[in-house]
Amino acid sequence: MALPQFKQDATDARLDAVTVPDGAAWLTQARKDAMTRTATMGLPHRRDEYWKYTDPATLVAADAPAAEVLDDDDAIFSDANPLTLVFVDGVFDAAASDDLKGENLEIGCLAEAGAQDIHWAKDLYGVLELAGQNPVQRPLASLNTATATDGVMIRATGPVDRPICLRYRRKESAADAVLHHVVRVEAGAKVTLLETGSAAARLSTVTEVSVADGGEFHHVRQQGRDHARRMNTHTFARIGEGSVFKSFTLSLNGVLTRNDCVIDMLGDDAVAHVAGACVGDGEGFHHDDTVFITHDALRGESRQVFKKVLRNGAVGVFQGKILVKEGAQKTDGYQISQSLLLDDDSQFLAKPELEIYADDVACSHGSTSGAISEEALFYLRSRGVSEKAATNLLTLAFLAEALEEIADEGLADDLRDRLAGWLDRHAG
Amino acid sequence: MLEIKGLKVDLEEEEKSILKGVDLTVGAGEVHAIMGPNGSGKSTLSYVLSGKDGYEVTEGSATLDGADLLDMEPEERAAAGLFLAFQYPVEIPGVGNMTFLRTAVNAQRKARGQDELSAGDFLKEVRARAKDLKIDAEMLKRPVNVGFSGGEKKRNEILQMAMLEPKMCILDETDSGLDVDAMKLVSEGVNALRSEGRSFLVITHYQRLLDHIKPDVVHIMSNGRIIKTGGPDLALEVENNGYADLLAEAE
Ligand SMILES: Nc1ncnc2c1ncn2[C@@H]1O[C@H](COP(=O)(O)OP(=O)(O)OP(=O)(O)O)[C@@H](O)[C@H]1O
Ligand SMILES: [Mg+2]
Repeated sequence: MALPQFKQDATDARLDAVTVPDGAAWLTQARKDAMTRTATMGLPHRRDEYWKYTDPATLVAADAPAAEVLDDDDAIFSDANPLTLVFVDGVFDAAASDDLKGENLEIGCLAEAGAQDIHWAKDLYGVLELAGQNPVQRPLASLNTATATDGVMIRATGPVDRPICLRYRRKESAADAVLHHVVRVEAGAKVTLLETGSAAARLSTVTEVSVADGGEFHHVRQQGRDHARRMNTHTFARIGEGSVFKSFTLSLNGVLTRNDCVIDMLGDDAVAHVAGACVGDGEGFHHDDTVFITHDALRGESRQVFKKVLRNGAVGVFQGKILVKEGAQKTDGYQISQSLLLDDDSQFLAKPELEIYADDVACSHGSTSGAISEEALFYLRSRGVSEKAATNLLTLAFLAEALEEIADEGLADDLRDRLAGWLDRHAG
Repeated sequence: MLEIKGLKVDLEEEEKSILKGVDLTVGAGEVHAIMGPNGSGKSTLSYVLSGKDGYEVTEGSATLDGADLLDMEPEERAAAGLFLAFQYPVEIPGVGNMTFLRTAVNAQRKARGQDELSAGDFLKEVRARAKDLKIDAEMLKRPVNVGFSGGEKKRNEILQMAMLEPKMCILDETDSGLDVDAMKLVSEGVNALRSEGRSFLVITHYQRLLDHIKPDVVHIMSNGRIIKTGGPDLALEVENNGYADLLAEAE
């Protein structure tokens, strides 16, 4: 079917401006296929159902709008002593990174893996992304598959004790960075992935995660701090029996963030939690979490917990879906999205969806928008706490439920401290 | 210490006058009690003194050691030494009681130009004070007042008061919801804080609290005014005869 003209034009303009990088035959094939489906689907437009609340124009445009570079927060996650991979302007920097080795771990970068004729990532690269195009099309993800220049390939064959941290650094010049990560957690294996940094004025990441039976994948990320940066991320996960998938995202700056997370729960007794905390300040700030969890097995437990604090005209979006397929009995699905609006100019738009084809399930969802409690504020102030400090305390309290989703206490505390520091520095 | 003169207060939202000219002076080291029928304006007085929104002072003044209270933000009043034990303490989900106490103590110390208490010193202090009030450690870990029983909330107010060491303490019906033993405990807590430089304004409906916390002066408030002031005997009179005679006398 032909695309509408406005879409065709926008898609052509962008696709003309990108190049498909070189690589071994398997990768080249995956990229070409992805390019073909991108062209067929067309890049997203405000008129698309899942882009109604977020205008993708600046993500689609041929040129990335400029964004000034802020100093990177190199201290974050350092207490966890992670195996660190540094990407500068979207390119792996071996000299700045740790030695790529660890127990129960095969790890390398895409540029290197993609030059090899045979690589395990072949079975996943672009494969989970393709599976995640149905029933909702995600053309920015296939564009990423087609054009990603680098990324990390992680294969955990047993418990990996040391977290793996991706630090995205940025030089002034970097306009676009396109990173594509592949994570394969084998049966009974376990790995933690951390991410931080802006990478570019406009960053696109796709992370494909396959968790085999009994495996565990933990993901904690802090999204880049550059004030004017734009970012669209996709996580595609396929998880097996008795496996665990947990992902948490903290966003404090940036003008545009769109995080898509697509999880297929294929094995019985699997657990999938996706959570996010975001604080948006200012008229340009727009933050969108779009989640699609499919229960396709027995006794799956899924949680979506998203909290946004919005002020000075910031906009927050949550689109979350729980799809329970026929036969996915005893599913336990929970979804909550809440916003704390610190003034009348800010806005929260939520679209929670449940679609259930099994009869013995427990699913609940809720979405609220509220202001700070005047009662609580006065109580705190009457004890001598300044209005600003009291507001911050109540803001942290509001976000606490989302941060509690982080399994590792040390990582959770690290993010809590950063959040508190950020709130302290930003006047209300 | 506390000097209130001709204080008149309206509600901000609707045209309704609540306090219709309150005069009250509490000297240093004194304990004053305020009694009075429901809805007479006792809590309103305590809120207006501590700076709650929603009220409009149309006339009069309130000073603490000469400083104009009505001109200060709530946190400045607290730093100046004013403390209100709420009739209905507020629940704050997500904020730990310990974090709350420590933030409050250090905010006030900072406002007064003192160093912050170290985590260790603070902990020692809280534990000791909590023990006196039979508040267990578990309760301190929970979010502020969330899931606390009525009596536990009131004891938590007194714990805050003990930690903050204010000079002017207003207790709004701290006795309501307390069992007999808890009332004794709380009273002992209050009495332990009594000193030359610290004054109390105790709002209550019952003589029983005043058996424990002996007031120097008792005021009767009705319809937004202090209609009678006397010694401890006045409280006994209310206990025995109710307000009818006093109200009639004031008419
Ligand atoms: N925010 C408000 N909105 C409407 N009415 C109010 C408000 N605050 C106080 N009032 C009214 O003002 C009057 C005095 O209330 P207040 O709470 O001060 O009484 P009180 O003496 O403390 O009573 P009690 O003994 O029952 O605690 C009451 O009639 C009350 O309904
Ligand atoms: Mg009252």
